[in-house]
Amino acid sequence: MTNPTLAAGAGAVERHLRSRRDTGRGLLMPYVTGGITPGWTDYLRAFAAAGADAIELGLPFSDPTLDGVTIQQASETALARGASTRRILADLSGMPDLGVPLVVSTYYNLVLHDGPEAFCAALRRAGVGGLIVPDLPVNEADELTDVAAAAGIELVLLASPATPQPRLAEIACRSRGFVYAVSLMGTTGERAALAASAAELTERIRRVTDRPVLLGFGVSTPDQAREARRHADGVVVGAAVMRRVLDGAGPDDLRAFLASLRQALDQECDRAR
Amino acid sequence: MRDMSPWPVPLDGTMGEPRERGRFGEYGGRYAPESLVEACREVDEAFREAWVDPGFRGALARLLAVHAGRPTPLTPAGRLSEALGVRLYLKREDLTHTGSHKINNVLGQALLATRMGRRRLIAETGAGQHGVATATAAALLGLEATVFMGERDIERQALNVFRMRMLGAEVVPVTTGSRTLKDATSEAMRHWVGATGDSHYCIGSVVGPDPYPWMVREFQRIIGDEARGQCAAELRTGVPDYVVACVGGGSNAAGTFAGFADTPARLVGVEAEGGAGAARGRLGVLHGCRSLFLQDDDGQITEAHSIAAGLDYPGVGPEHAHLRDLGRARYVTVTDDEAAGAAVRLARTEGIVPALESAHALAWVIRAAGDGDLPSGSTVLMTLSGRGDKDVSTLKELL
Repeated sequence: MTNPTLAAGAGAVERHLRSRRDTGRGLLMPYVTGGITPGWTDYLRAFAAAGADAIELGLPFSDPTLDGVTIQQASETALARGASTRRILADLSGMPDLGVPLVVSTYYNLVLHDGPEAFCAALRRAGVGGLIVPDLPVNEADELTDVAAAAGIELVLLASPATPQPRLAEIACRSRGFVYAVSLMGTTGERAALAASAAELTERIRRVTDRPVLLGFGVSTPDQAREARRHADGVVVGAAVMRRVLDGAGPDDLRAFLASLRQALDQECDRAR
Repeated sequence: MRDMSPWPVPLDGTMGEPRERGRFGEYGGRYAPESLVEACREVDEAFREAWVDPGFRGALARLLAVHAGRPTPLTPAGRLSEALGVRLYLKREDLTHTGSHKINNVLGQALLATRMGRRRLIAETGAGQHGVATATAAALLGLEATVFMGERDIERQALNVFRMRMLGAEVVPVTTGSRTLKDATSEAMRHWVGATGDSHYCIGSVVGPDPYPWMVREFQRIIGDEARGQCAAELRTGVPDYVVACVGGGSNAAGTFAGFADTPARLVGVEAEGGAGAARGRLGVLHGCRSLFLQDDDGQITEAHSIAAGLDYPGVGPEHAHLRDLGRARYVTVTDDEAAGAAVRLARTEGIVPALESAHALAWVIRAAGDGDLPSGSTVLMTLSGRGDKDVSTLKELL
């Protein structure tokens, strides 16, 4: 299903992801918690060099209610180091262009704390293109959607296996950048296998939109990425990255891990053709 | 608070149904992860049906009577009243089965869970009172119960942990964050995301995503409704001048206020100095609702500290935030020492050992009667939300 009008009205993140997808490439969006180490922005460079198509940057929150233990620990670690929205965005401002969009993810309390307008404006100034707020479902998003759009921030909405079809259509329609498909009924974190619900959810989203669909939650290995790619346009890999970071892996180590995911996605893409 | 003119009783402050999208003024709402939105909608639908179903209401009323021991009495605090120069009446939630008002809400939610075909209750608990009540209701109705409790609270409240396990509940230690109620609530929500098919999340206070703040208040309004009738029979004026209750998340206060919100009674919520969400919180979103929360300058939620574990929550229910904005209720704070002193005073004048949470409400009454904020001769209804057995060891260290 191609819809040229939608693509024409799309923001920079969506245009970027669409153009890469349209070449047949499986999309890879790794995640890092901002402020996790003193030189944490090196991870962003390593991700971009390893073939990431977008990078998710988590602003740590004291009460990450949708995150499993790994991201919880990463958030606690970053906060204990003194990380804050302001400091993380300040770290970004000195960076050269990564060549791929940055998508911030955080909880709504941090957005409300500064106020949606000031928050989105600060993201924009720091060169961020998109925003994911896991505790802001579509029914509460009105306050942020227009403000984000006006600031040039693409507000990404999440869809879950429990989302009924009519609501899914609304989410797909109102999401910007891409649609974040939550692969399973659970929190973020590594899993032994890709959830069965992932394929069905992706299929249901595809029925209502041609926006890029990225599958996240529990995508932790090259094999799982390969399998996810059969259903979705790409994957979000968070906990598998952050567990390595928490275990002491540096940017170069992460580059190798991401390269393995990149390779898996590329192989699956060759196979599909 | 010396102003003697009547407080405003705005129509929006009469504690009816929330507005569209679960709003109390600008507060409330359903800020749940997408994976829980459908589950919240199901709870909302089931509660709306049940609450107008005489069969459900009858079954709940019977459980509250034969199992929980309702109605609870209204006790005139004779000696203390004389000393304070006011007429103080205590609504005795401490006399319910399991020893606090928590049972009112839990029996309602457990019955609702049964009606929805759920087999298990999930709950968070701080001091363990809500956990014990949940374990009790689960046992009574043949449900399973999984209770999340911060590791630090588990250490502090070993007796309640044992009670829960004896009642057949699984108690899961929460080892993340501050390892107290806030983190137990987060962990219960995480667990619910993966268990919506067979489990009901039985939130213990007037917090959480819509419909919880409203539903829990409705299950607790029996406190206010009973007290309203008892005051009508007992008081010459029919309605007390002041209605006072302690506020953590605020469920016993919400239930109490609900019975008097449409009267001229002045509503006073008493918070712990170290957990004053209504008095000192700022706008935020946590655990599914928009309300007032204690936060630092970066927007991180800060830990609450109180001698009363039940008031150890860094926020307040959204309806309290709204009542505060309207001026329909006022929120004040008392210190740990004042609360401990009030507990001892009640024990020695009335022969009642209150929970330290409830002692906060009494501490304000004592202070306000002393400094004239409560005019001499005022009639005061205070909800005694729980009994103090759980706090005896804490008090022992202080006295």
